[in-house]
Amino acid sequence: MGISNLNRSLWVFHVNTGSCNGCDIEIVAALMPRYDIERFGMKLVGSPRHADVLLVTGPVTMDMSAKLKRVYEQTPDPKVVIAVGNCGATGGVFYESYCLDGPIDNIIPVDVYVRGCPPRPEAIINGVVKAWAKLEKKEAGK
Amino acid sequence: MRLSRDKNSFKISVGPVHPALKEPIQLNCLIAGEKIKSVDFELSQAHRGIEWIATRRNPIQILYLAERICGICNICHTISFCTAVEKIAGIEVPARAQYVRTMGAELERIHSHLLWAGVAAHELGFDSAMHYTWKAREKVLDVIELLSGNRITKGIPTIGGVRRDFEEKNHAKIIEAVEYYRSVFGKLKAIFLDDPVIKSRTKDIGVLTKKDALTLCAVGPTARASGIARDVRQDEPYAAYPDFGLKAITPDQLTGEIKGDVFDRIVVRLLEVAQSADILEFCVKNMPGGKIVYEEKPIKLLAQLKGVHGEATGRLEAPRGEVFHYVKLVGEESPYSWKVKPPTYSNLLPWIPMLEGEQVADIPIIAASIDPCMSCCNRAVVAENNENVLNHDMLHRLSVEKTENIRGQLA
Ligand code: SF4
Repeated sequence: MGISNLNRSLWVFHVNTGSCNGCDIEIVAALMPRYDIERFGMKLVGSPRHADVLLVTGPVTMDMSAKLKRVYEQTPDPKVVIAVGNCGATGGVFYESYCLDGPIDNIIPVDVYVRGCPPRPEAIINGVVKAWAKLEKKEAGK
Repeated sequence: MRLSRDKNSFKISVGPVHPALKEPIQLNCLIAGEKIKSVDFELSQAHRGIEWIATRRNPIQILYLAERICGICNICHTISFCTAVEKIAGIEVPARAQYVRTMGAELERIHSHLLWAGVAAHELGFDSAMHYTWKAREKVLDVIELLSGNRITKGIPTIGGVRRDFEEKNHAKIIEAVEYYRSVFGKLKAIFLDDPVIKSRTKDIGVLTKKDALTLCAVGPTARASGIARDVRQDEPYAAYPDFGLKAITPDQLTGEIKGDVFDRIVVRLLEVAQSADILEFCVKNMPGGKIVYEEKPIKLLAQLKGVHGEATGRLEAPRGEVFHYVKLVGEESPYSWKVKPPTYSNLLPWIPMLEGEQVADIPIIAASIDPCMSCCNRAVVAENNENVLNHDMLHRLSVEKTENIRGQLA
């Protein structure tokens, strides 16, 4: 993976689409001193309009699917979407529920899947690095 | 409840996707200038139909579903569910398993309260304090990982005991964590309770009086901060708590007074971290030997559970308050019904008296002060503007159609 020549740091927006919180707290843990993803210039931002990366967790409940779509559309191109957690990738333990529109790739295109229930912060960081490489490709092809 | 606007007020909506909220919920506040006049909220964004899914799975499979109701207090949901099933089937849990469950729950309380303290600091704009508490929290996660193999979801309790023992060789690590939390307690106290800025942002803010707490059925640290010394571990001790003899924590034990404000809620949670450390130490010292599970073979256990009828409840004190599970088994593979009442469900209504009359800038810290957990409490969906709900227009149309039909038949 050739990463280095992206001329800015990655800003991340986090969307919870009805997750159990397990993945969300691991995402925050990745930002905290032990894993400290901020040393690579990555940080959580308050608006999708500022973001390069969308971190999406949860199986996408019916209530959240339109909102997820809207957040996706608000994020400027080029962007990458990372689905964190099993339930975002396949529905996980909730797969047969009556009130899911998900998994995430039913609603928006996903670039990187981070599996685990919840994945460890290391795995999330690995996912972001993969996304970084993808973003560079998208940037180059622009 | 709907907010009614007038000329002098303005409605602001916070959420469901909002940087100050880690979970989806929508808060609608009616404000006049900087003051909040009234509050309403909309839930159901995180409803996943868990209770319905459970009616299609067997009790062992449900353990993993119960664990994923909430990622933060996952062990509490599994233990309550197990307790209910054990009561129905008349299964006795071995003493050692009770101690393992207690330790799991207390480790979880430390992690949950520190997580909350970090989020509260973040809401106030003290990111360095957030980083410090989350760094301290990693210690307990390491212990959880050592004992259960995972940082967050533990997969420890099962029906009739626990799946994995907390072996003696790991006890030194638990004691090390206990000592560590005792050593950082002073610093945490200095950060959260002695800092003049945090004090002025939290004292007399978001007050919940004892009367309101009682009428609105607040539970857990939210209720205890308002002076209600109620704690399931004290009132109806389960697992290893009867041996420990726990006393509910109220803020006057440290400050000498009870105000029911955000500050008091911080006090209660910090003292509970220290109390959890004491319980852990007690459990390590007094852990009995013996079996850890009533029936080791899940297939045999499931066969036994298939033959039982009855209903029961399981309740316990989660980090946020009382968790209550109701289970009904009717002699089939899957339960007939399962109902979960998590603590946040009771703690949401107290938001209204807390927020009313406060400033807009206080919304994040007051909202966070009850330690809300939306994934726990979204147990139902409200079908609004849904085509399955008959509204006035549709009823009218149906009525007209019926008249037309009858007219056709009579003609
Ligand atoms: S993947 Fe697992 S831990 Fe993550 S949100 Fe889904 S159920 Fe929770």
